[in-house]
Amino acid sequence: MTSTVPAPAWTAVCPLSAIEPETGVAALLPDGTQVAVFRTRDAVYALGNIDPFSQAAVLARGIVGDLRGTPVVASPMHKQRFDLRTGECLDDQGVSVPTYPVRVVGGTIQLGRP
Amino acid sequence: MTRTVVVVGHGMVGHRLVQALRDRDAEGAWRVVVFAEEGRPAYDRVALTSYVDDWDAARLELDGARYAGDDAVALHLGDPVTAIDRAARAVTTASGRVQPYDALVLATGSAPFVPPVPGRDLPGCHVYRTIEDLDAIRASVERARTGVGRGSAMVVGGGLLGLEAAKALRDLGVSPHVVELAPRLMPLQVDDGGGALLKRLIERLDVTVHPGTSAAAIEADRGRLLARLANGTELDLDLIVFSAGIRPRDQLARDCGLGVGGRGGIVVDAACRTTDPAVYAIGECALADGRVYGLVAPGYAMAEVVADRLLGGAAEFTGADMSTKLKLMGVDVASFGDAHAATEGALEVVVNDAVAGTYRKLVVSDDAKTLLGGVLVGDATDYASLRPLVGRPLPAEPGALLAPAGGGGGVGVGALPDEAQICSCNAVTKGDIRGAILEQAADDVPKIKACTRAGTACGSCVPMLKQLLASCGVEQSKALCEHFTHSRAELFEIVRATGITTFSELVARHGSGRGCDICKPAVASILASLGNGHILAGEQAGLQDTNDRFLANLQRNGTYSVVPRIPGGEITPAKLMAIAQVAADFGLYTKITGGQRIDLFGATVDQLPAIWRRLVDAGFESGHAYGKALRTVKSCVGSTWCRYGVQDSVGLAIELELRYRGLRSPHKLKSAVSGCARECAEARGKDFGVIATETGWNLYVGGNGGTLPRHADLLVSDVDKETLVRVIDRFLMFYIRSADRLQRTSVWLDSIEGGLDHVRDVVVHDSLGIAEELEAQMAEHVTGYADEWAGVLADPEKLARFTSFVNAPGAPDPTISFRAERGQSVPVPLGIPEVVSR
Repeated sequence: MTSTVPAPAWTAVCPLSAIEPETGVAALLPDGTQVAVFRTRDAVYALGNIDPFSQAAVLARGIVGDLRGTPVVASPMHKQRFDLRTGECLDDQGVSVPTYPVRVVGGTIQLGRP
Repeated sequence: MTRTVVVVGHGMVGHRLVQALRDRDAEGAWRVVVFAEEGRPAYDRVALTSYVDDWDAARLELDGARYAGDDAVALHLGDPVTAIDRAARAVTTASGRVQPYDALVLATGSAPFVPPVPGRDLPGCHVYRTIEDLDAIRASVERARTGVGRGSAMVVGGGLLGLEAAKALRDLGVSPHVVELAPRLMPLQVDDGGGALLKRLIERLDVTVHPGTSAAAIEADRGRLLARLANGTELDLDLIVFSAGIRPRDQLARDCGLGVGGRGGIVVDAACRTTDPAVYAIGECALADGRVYGLVAPGYAMAEVVADRLLGGAAEFTGADMSTKLKLMGVDVASFGDAHAATEGALEVVVNDAVAGTYRKLVVSDDAKTLLGGVLVGDATDYASLRPLVGRPLPAEPGALLAPAGGGGGVGVGALPDEAQICSCNAVTKGDIRGAILEQAADDVPKIKACTRAGTACGSCVPMLKQLLASCGVEQSKALCEHFTHSRAELFEIVRATGITTFSELVARHGSGRGCDICKPAVASILASLGNGHILAGEQAGLQDTNDRFLANLQRNGTYSVVPRIPGGEITPAKLMAIAQVAADFGLYTKITGGQRIDLFGATVDQLPAIWRRLVDAGFESGHAYGKALRTVKSCVGSTWCRYGVQDSVGLAIELELRYRGLRSPHKLKSAVSGCARECAEARGKDFGVIATETGWNLYVGGNGGTLPRHADLLVSDVDKETLVRVIDRFLMFYIRSADRLQRTSVWLDSIEGGLDHVRDVVVHDSLGIAEELEAQMAEHVTGYADEWAGVLADPEKLARFTSFVNAPGAPDPTISFRAERGQSVPVPLGIPEVVSR
């Protein structure tokens, strides 16, 4: 007899304090997926870590900022900017990276399934 | 049937003729045979004085002067024509060759005029015309240095050429006397008022001017020369340079019965044809409309006429604009149009400002409505806007036009018609430039330069280019990005003046929003240039581009490369082995860089600290290959080993690299030191390059390789090490203060108002009074330097950032893998980019 244990809906990643404001870190999910987790002054965001232009897993190492008020990260590879809220590339319409549900519970950042 | 044109002489004008003919002769109607007296192909005689900078004759050679790959041109060097047989249509050369011609072009140029002074043939007497002349002058100067002489020289002739010769002597470390028969310097170009100021400005530069007199006699005097001037002055000298004008070389024409003028020069008509229709004469040997032109531009115009005529055209030479603008030993001199008010009824309007050291004169028609010409000494900025107005209605009162530059005077570019030449060096009109701006989307000065070549020679028209951009509606916003309306230079001043040490405070007080990938690294660089501790301290880490953030260079697969500093490219076997062992142990790909060091590729973020622990233990420190900072100071092996080296280039390179290591700047900084004029270290391709001289060092700045190669310009010559370092200190700090973000020194020099001369004024002559401040700032950098990697290794908080995954420290990045190529590890290409684009 087999039983299926449902994967937990949320994965704890790290304490909020592990990310300095206005920067990002990369997290490795159990299935091998890489997620870039960003902390701005007032929010936390999670995007796929793979830069769709270079295929390199580097988005977490991009510079965080804003483009006319929209929170963005600029890929460290070739500087395309992605909307932290939607994953859309603001420099190349139609290109986007996946987004992940993210929340902070008791000082810990948790990622949900997309 | 192919005909043969024989060209006699391979100077600048002869070469231009061959080029023009070959460019246009698509049918191959003409075969060209050139006979040159000199043993080298045509070179840039106008720039002869710059030969003193590096003694590199090859640099002066004109483009394409060897006609490599062109079978239609035969160039015979060192074989001058000795006779012309017009009846047989053939020339005979010194080597005995007989060459028939269908057309003959005489481009024999001119010879220096040496006044008939007794003693003018004594050893130590020179002329100033060829590379060989300069070599001989240099030998005389060196003899004087080693012997009893104190290095004293006289230049006979205070015209354009004489002052060029005086400059060359000064660059050779000699204080020259200049003797001019006329009552003022540059009598052809300037009037008495301008000449008086010119004398004053030139004499400040350690040149003694003797106007209104001449050399009466020269005698040998115990290994030196004694010159007596007509006014009784006696001068003890080591050498004398005659530079008192030119005489057309017309002997060949005389010998074969062609018409020559009473004072020399081969008579030509508007087609540049001599009295024999099969024979043309061009350049300084020709007498066109009763006049010998001693400038290269009219010679070029004649060459174009003859090329056209040979191909059946009807072009005519109708005289040339003799307007001149030049900088002699840092002094601006310009003269244009009817500078001497020779036109009947012409009026002169003069502003002579003895305090500012400027003399400005306009010559206008008798009704004061039309500009006829002018003279500018001390500041010739307005030459570019005034010269195109000659013969046109004045846009304002003459007095208003002469108001000091920058004081609201001068002519707006809007007043000029489209056909007015803005760049006279490259003959680019206002219409050409407007076309580039409006049709080719050239929206800044560098793009205009690339499209039109305007502003690429002397650079004096660059301010006009900026005005034209503005008048075409192109806003030259200096705002760094949407978060700061300031330029980088302004932000630098704000940070320096307010002492702000964080980006968040700066953006809150002087900007808006939260910042971006443009302003954050720019501000981080400013903070680092002004010394704010480790570049990864506190908030600064998040401002840095990934390279600075991880103190390594990001590569295409997300790994990094590592470059330890190898100052001057000198490294011990033990250290080489240490690098090799680290590379082997971590499986890194190794490659020698262009900056004489070793790059180790393929390190993951979490490997970097372990790699650097080993490198630091072996005595290495960060090479800053990742930073907008000093990279390397490359060197040749220098006098320690090299048979030709005259100075210890390796020692100096190491000293400079250690002095400026870690210095954050608007863009990367590269440098090199060469131990002799052969320049094996390629210093003139660097932001600052040093080349050894017999007695010191020459400093060149603003060089660049890359997409827009630029040879560095000479900033100071023949200085000792202490002076050299002081000037580099000031130069670098001035650049760091005033350049735009990501602006290399080459572009900075081309775009800064006043160009190289302004920079020299600031860093050598301290015209802004900031030299002490710049030096103090550099001293602070030098004493405050600490190795960034050692700083990371000593700080657990900084070390903690070097993990691939925040929730799985030590887990490898599954996207990174390697394969073998030529015995080393290289990245496995990441999948075809899944970019779906519009």
